[in-house]
Amino acid sequence: MALIEKKGTGWAALQIKKPSAGSWTEAYPELGTEPISYEDSISPEFLEAERQAIFKRCWVNVGRVEQVPKAGSYFTKELAVVNTSIIVVRGADQKIRAFHNICRHRGNKLVWTDYPDREDRGTCRQFACKYHGWRYALDGKLVFIQQEGEFFGIDKERYGLVEVNLDVWEGFIFVNLSPTPAQPLREFLGEMASGIEGYPFHKLTQAFRYRSEIKANWKLCQDAFQEFYHAPVLHKKQMPTPEMGQALSEAGYQGIHYEVFGPHRMVSSTGLVRAPRDADPAKPIDRLTRSGLHGPWDQLSGGTAELPRGINPTKSPLWGLDSFQFFPNFVILIWKANWYLTYHYWPLTPHSHVFETTLYFPPPKNAAERLAQETAAVTFKEYGFQDSNTLEATQSMLQSRVVDKFPLCDQEVLCRHLHKVVQDWVKAYHA
Amino acid sequence: MPDKPILLPAEFADLEPFAADWALRRERERYAKRLSSSMEQMQAFYDAAFPRAAAAIQYLNQFDLDKLPEPAQNLLFLLYSLVTVSFPVEVWKQPHVPDAGASYLDLVDEPVP
Repeated sequence: MALIEKKGTGWAALQIKKPSAGSWTEAYPELGTEPISYEDSISPEFLEAERQAIFKRCWVNVGRVEQVPKAGSYFTKELAVVNTSIIVVRGADQKIRAFHNICRHRGNKLVWTDYPDREDRGTCRQFACKYHGWRYALDGKLVFIQQEGEFFGIDKERYGLVEVNLDVWEGFIFVNLSPTPAQPLREFLGEMASGIEGYPFHKLTQAFRYRSEIKANWKLCQDAFQEFYHAPVLHKKQMPTPEMGQALSEAGYQGIHYEVFGPHRMVSSTGLVRAPRDADPAKPIDRLTRSGLHGPWDQLSGGTAELPRGINPTKSPLWGLDSFQFFPNFVILIWKANWYLTYHYWPLTPHSHVFETTLYFPPPKNAAERLAQETAAVTFKEYGFQDSNTLEATQSMLQSRVVDKFPLCDQEVLCRHLHKVVQDWVKAYHA
Repeated sequence: MPDKPILLPAEFADLEPFAADWALRRERERYAKRLSSSMEQMQAFYDAAFPRAAAAIQYLNQFDLDKLPEPAQNLLFLLYSLVTVSFPVEVWKQPHVPDAGASYLDLVDEPVP
């Protein structure tokens, strides 16, 4: 992921122009350049504050419309960070709604199979509680009470499921746990979202969904995936040849473009710079399946001739991917070869979170396209392992509080921004 | 030995000795098989399957993915396993990802085939 190009028989570093302020970081003076504290990633009190100030007030992405393809399709989402579970369901009227996953009778979790704490999905006509058989329509209305005559003047109208605010942007389903969201979804997503509208998300429906529990604060994981300064070092051994790994780590990493949009942020990056015709940088399996860490080599079908203006915003010929970080915990990463992935970071405790990644490709036309996807997915997992284990190592030492300030370089500007925005939201809420 | 032999298309019958172990439907099974295999076992599978893989892809390309005959589907699963063992064989020289400790990343939802 670093910037090198083949020069003669070796590799040479490429140069990128920074903003006139002198650096990406100084282009946003409010971010400062001082070393930062990670107290916000180890303190139990701070996580409590984040629940109230951020996760109970922000629009958060919980999935895509393809997960509820027809009337009665539903999935549940565990939202431990706000102490609830929700049901997302497409109604008979085709409208997608979200409800707290709780029966109005005696509070049983309404939808689950085998294990109450695991996420569930399926298709149904009504939701029936396992406990006493109360039933709810897809629009949340209570439609059946077992032995209704035994109750005391009960009015079914008053015992429908508790609805959660829901809205959809570009096929992404967002919910807001506040009964009265401060902003509509589209306004919250802001200008960064405008720039990528029109990308063919709805055509890239072939999904590989990964889940992991990582023993590190949710922001540390987000940091790991919003800077690529680490890539030439941590992933040096994955390079196809030792010479290339060495050249990459010596050249280091330079982002093509960084930009901040209110609470949201993005980085535009090169892919691994290599000519596909140049066989030596690729592993045998990559050459066989024409794929690798950066996804399939061949432009995938079902794309769009012209990318929306926010993608590869500098129109760099070196461009390989853009990572769009929507506050608080949702990332869309778009690759040049017409596929994308998402990250979600769901806090569990100050020292742990659920990390979800979904890779989205066009439905493959044949076995060759399907195998290229398999190589991309398998390779993603190989790298993901190294990242997540490194995070656990970081978390454990941050908790020692032996050191309280850490310097961030210019390629880590987005980490600086995330921590500042989180702290600003917490401060504003408690002000 | 499984109750029923795992069949591959006749053209790829030479790979059948590996089918029972490696023609696995789910990523979870393939990954578990990788972790429980020795490098010698994976190298043997890789050395046999890799030279045949390009021909196998070409063979499979003639079918609609959703209508693959069972032997062809087994062959595709075998190729998925080839991808699964490629990092241990080509890069790590060990079954586990180095420095990955007890971390895990479960594929909870995947396209089949």
